[in-house]
Amino acid sequence: MRRRYLLGAGLAVMVAGMAHSAFAQSGEIKIGEINSYSLLPAFTEPYRKGWQLALEEVNAAGGINGKKLVVVSKDDGGKPADAQTAANELVSSEKVVMLTGTFLSNIGLAVSDFANQKKVFFLAAEPLTDAITWSKGNRYTFRLRPSNYMQAAMLVEEAAKLPAKRWATIAPNYEYGQSAVAVFKKLMSEKRPDIQWVDEQWPPQGKIDAGPVVQAVAAANPEAILNVTFGADLVKFVREGNTRGLFKNRAVVSFLTGEPEYLDPLKEETPEGWIVTGYPWYDIKTPEHDKFIKAYQAKFSDYPRLGSIVGYQTIKAAAAILAKANSDDPEKLIAAAEGLSMPSPFGEITFRKIDHQSTLGAYVGKTAVKDGKGIMVNSVYRKGSDYLPSDAEVSKMRPKE
Amino acid sequence: MAFYFVQFLTGLASAASLFLVASGLSIIFGVTRIVNFAHGAFYMLGAYVAFTLTERFSGALGFWAGIVLASLVVAVVGVLVEMVLLRRIYHAPELFQLLATFGLTLMVQDLVVMIWGPNDLLGRRAPGFKGAVEFFGQNIPTYDLFLIALSPIVLGLLWLLFQRTRWGVLVRAATQDRDMVAALGVNQKWLFTSVFALGVFLAALGGALQIPRDAVHHALDLRIIVDVFVVVVIGGLGSIVGAFVAAVLVSELNAFGILIFPKISIILVFLVMAVVLIVRPWGLFGKPEAAARRTPGLTVNPWRPLTSGERLAAWAGLAVAAMLPLVGGNYALTVGSEIAIFVIFAASLHFLMSVGGLASFGHAAYFGLGAYGIAFLAKMAGLPMIVCLLLGPLLGCLGAAIFGFFAVQLSGVYFAMLTLAFAQIVWSVAFQWVAVTGGDNGILGLWPEKWAAGPASFYWLSIGVAALAVAALRIIVFSPFGYALRATRDSLLRSEAIGIDAKRIQWTAFVIAGTVAGVAGALFAYLKGSVFPDSLGISLSVDALVMVLLGGVETVSGAVIGAIVYKMLSIWLVSQTDLSKLVLGGVIVLMVVAFPKGIVGMLETIRNRRRPELPKPAVLKSGIESAE
Repeated sequence: MRRRYLLGAGLAVMVAGMAHSAFAQSGEIKIGEINSYSLLPAFTEPYRKGWQLALEEVNAAGGINGKKLVVVSKDDGGKPADAQTAANELVSSEKVVMLTGTFLSNIGLAVSDFANQKKVFFLAAEPLTDAITWSKGNRYTFRLRPSNYMQAAMLVEEAAKLPAKRWATIAPNYEYGQSAVAVFKKLMSEKRPDIQWVDEQWPPQGKIDAGPVVQAVAAANPEAILNVTFGADLVKFVREGNTRGLFKNRAVVSFLTGEPEYLDPLKEETPEGWIVTGYPWYDIKTPEHDKFIKAYQAKFSDYPRLGSIVGYQTIKAAAAILAKANSDDPEKLIAAAEGLSMPSPFGEITFRKIDHQSTLGAYVGKTAVKDGKGIMVNSVYRKGSDYLPSDAEVSKMRPKE
Repeated sequence: MAFYFVQFLTGLASAASLFLVASGLSIIFGVTRIVNFAHGAFYMLGAYVAFTLTERFSGALGFWAGIVLASLVVAVVGVLVEMVLLRRIYHAPELFQLLATFGLTLMVQDLVVMIWGPNDLLGRRAPGFKGAVEFFGQNIPTYDLFLIALSPIVLGLLWLLFQRTRWGVLVRAATQDRDMVAALGVNQKWLFTSVFALGVFLAALGGALQIPRDAVHHALDLRIIVDVFVVVVIGGLGSIVGAFVAAVLVSELNAFGILIFPKISIILVFLVMAVVLIVRPWGLFGKPEAAARRTPGLTVNPWRPLTSGERLAAWAGLAVAAMLPLVGGNYALTVGSEIAIFVIFAASLHFLMSVGGLASFGHAAYFGLGAYGIAFLAKMAGLPMIVCLLLGPLLGCLGAAIFGFFAVQLSGVYFAMLTLAFAQIVWSVAFQWVAVTGGDNGILGLWPEKWAAGPASFYWLSIGVAALAVAALRIIVFSPFGYALRATRDSLLRSEAIGIDAKRIQWTAFVIAGTVAGVAGALFAYLKGSVFPDSLGISLSVDALVMVLLGGVETVSGAVIGAIVYKMLSIWLVSQTDLSKLVLGGVIVLMVVAFPKGIVGMLETIRNRRRPELPKPAVLKSGIESAE
C-alpha cells in the first residue's frame, strides 16, 4: 500500500513550503492577525481596511523604531480549532512577535488560551465576552473593544431613566446574548428595583423565526424591550416587529444596533427612537476622528464602519506597544502595554493594568431615519473607563496568577 | 384566544417557506436518490437573484415577475449542474453525489459574496402585502396570509402534476422503483434532469419569497438546509404531503414551544425527528424502502488483507512519517498531529460506512464526546493525561452504545438522519449547559503533560495511535465479526437466515466506530488545549463524510488517504486565501468527476486493470453488469 508513503511525501512537501518563511528578514517586525474573514465578511472587510490604513500610517511615520511593521493575516473560518492552527502557524512558522485580531468570543478565548500556554502576547480586537479579561483572563491577553459589561452599563444608564417598569428581553441563544442579558438585568435591577422582567426570548443565533418570537414578546405586553440580536436576525426581527406593531408605544434598548454594520442594512425600515450603542461616523466632530475619516475615505472611497475603527486602532495600539517595549520579549511587551495610553479616533485610550481592558468607549444615541437610511442622533461618546466595576470587584473576578 | 389563533397562523406562515424548499428536496431525493446538499445553496441563490431583479424592475408587476424569473433562472442553473456534474456520477457509490453537492455549496458561499458583496441586503416588501390586518387586537401581516394561502396551492399543483400527468406517473414510478422504470424504456436522463429542475425551482422560489421578510446574506443556505432535511425525513422521503405535514408540525411546535421554553428553537426540529423516527422508522408518510436490487457497497474488487509486501510498505510509510520531526518545524508537526487525528476519525466513520453499510451523518457526536470526556476527567477529576486518554473515549463509547441502539433499528438515509438528530441533541446539550460545559465558550486549558507537550512527542503519539487504530480496524474487517458485518450490509435477509443477529452485529460496529472516534476526539482536545461545542457539530460530521467519500467508500482503508488529502488541502487553503471555500469546493467537484470511486478506489481500479484478469465467479460478474 502506498498510503503511508503519501503521508510522508505530503508532509515533506508541506515542510518545504513552510521552511522559507521561518526566517524573518531583519529590519522587519512581524505581527500576526487572525479573523473570521470568510465567515463574517460584512464585519471583517471594513476591519481589514482599517488595519491596512493604520499599517500604512505606521510605516510612513518610520515604522517601529526604524523597523518596518509587517502584518501577516490569516482567516479562521469562524472555528476556534482553525484559529488555533492559524495562531500556531503565525507563531511557529512566521515568527510573529504578537498575535492580534479575532471577532467571535469563543475564538478570542481559544487564541487567548493558546497565547497563555505558549507565552505569546495577544491583543484581542473584537471579542465582547467579559470572560476574556475577567473570569478567564490571563497576563498575555489584552482587549481593545468595550466589553459586554461596559456596553450594558452605558445602555443601563439611559434605560434606567425610562418610566417603563415591565421589560422583555430578546437575545441570541449563545454566550454573547446570555451574558449581555444577564449583565443588563443585574445592573438595571440595581438601579431600578421596581422593574419586572415579564418575558425573555432566545432565538438561535442566525436562525430566528421572527414571526412567532415577535408575537410572543407582544403577548407579554412589556413597556420596554431589550434587544441583543444583530445582523440578519435583527433585520428579520425589525421587519416583523414593524409589521406587527411591536415597537409602537414601546421603548427599545438595543446592543450594537447603531453600528453601521447592523444599522445600514435596515434602510428605511429602521425603527425610530431605539436607544443603542454604535458608531455615528457622520456625526463625530473631533479633530482625531476628522483626521481618521479623511485618511480612510481618501484611501478606500468608502465610509468607515465600526470594524474600521477597531481594525485601525488594533494595529495602532500594537505599534504603540512595540515601540514602547522596543523588544520582542513578551514579558517586556506586557510591561509596556500595562497602563499605556495612546490617541485613538475616539480620543485617548488606556490599557488598564488591572485587567488588560482598554478604555475605548462607544457612542450611545437614538436611532432615526433620514433620507431612507438609518442613522444615530443625539449621540454622546461614553468613555470606557467610566463604565467598569471597581478595582476590587475586578481583581476578585480575575484568576490569580 | 385571539393570541393563540394568531400564533397558529404565524406558525403556518413559517411552515410555508419551509415546505416550498422541503418539497423540492423531497422530489429530488425520491427520484434520483441524490442527497442534495446544495439545495440550500439554490435557495440562497434564489433570494439573491430575486433581490437583484426586484430592485431593477419597478412596480407590483416587476416585483412578482422578478420573483418568478429569479426562480426560473436558478432552475436553469440547476439544470446545468445536473447535466454537467451529476449525470457523470449517478453510478458512483451511494452518497457520493453528496460530496459533489457539498463542493458546490462551498463554492456558492464564496461566489455570492464576490458577486453581491459582504453586506446583508434588504429586499423590497411585496407590493400589496406590506401591512397587517387586525384580528381582535392582534396584527397579522398580510404577507403571512399570502404565504399561508400559497403553500396549499403549491401542494395542490404538485399533487395534480404527479397524479394527472404522464410525467408525474413516471416520477412516481421512478420514486418507487428506478430500475424498473429504466427497464421499461423510459429515458431516465431527461426524467432526472426535469425532476432536478423542478426541485431547484421550488427551492429558489422559497428563497425568493423570503426577501420581503428576511435579509439576503451568504449564510442563508446553512440556515435552512439542515432544517429542510429534517422536515423531509419527518414527513417521509419522497412524500410531498409528508413534507407539508412535517413543515406544519415543526413550525407549530416551535411557535407554541417558545411560549413555554424560549430556548427550545435550537433543538426542537431534531427532537421531533428523533421521536418520529424511533416511533415510525420511515417518517410520518414514508413507506419502507423496497429491497434494493443492486447490492449496496458491492466491490468490483473483492477485499483482501494486505500481502506481505504491502504490509512491509505500510511499515516503511509509517517509518517515513515518523521521521517528520527530523525535518519539520513546530507548525508542520502540529499540522501532522492534526492530520493523524483526522485519519483516526475518518477511519472510524469509514469502518461504519464501508464495512457496515451504515452512513452516519452525526459521527462528530462521538468525536466530541471523547473530547469532552477528556475535559471532564482532566479539569474536574484532575486525572493524569495517560489515564484521561484511556478513559476519555469511553464517553464516546457510551454515547455510541445508547444512540447506536436506536439508530441501527433504521437503515439508509433514515439511519443517517437519526444519527444526525442525536448528534445535534448532544451538541445542544454542550451548547446550553453552560455550568458544566462552558457553553459555546468551551473548556480551556487542557494542555498535554510534559512528556507529550513537545510538538514532536505529541506528533509521535498521534501517528502511533493512528497506526494502531487503522490496523485494529483492518483486523476487525477481516475477522469473523467483520465478515458477519459485511453480510448484514450486503443482504440483511440472507444474513439473518444463516443465523446472524444483524442488529446486534451492527450495534457492536456502531459502538466500535464511536469509541475510535472518541479516541480521535480525546487526542484533539489535547492538541488544541480546549474543547468547544464545534467538535460535536454538523460541519465536523460533514467533514468526516467528505474524507471517507473522497478516499473511496468501497475500499478497506481509503479514508486514510481521504483524510490526509482533505485535511491537508483545507489547512493549506485556509492559511493561504480568504477564498478557501471557493477553491476547496472547486477541487472537490473536480475530484468527484475525476475519481468517481474516490481516490483510493480509483487507484485500485487502475492497478487491477494492469493486472491479469482474476477469475471471478460468473454470478458475481453478471450481477455487476446488470447493476451498471
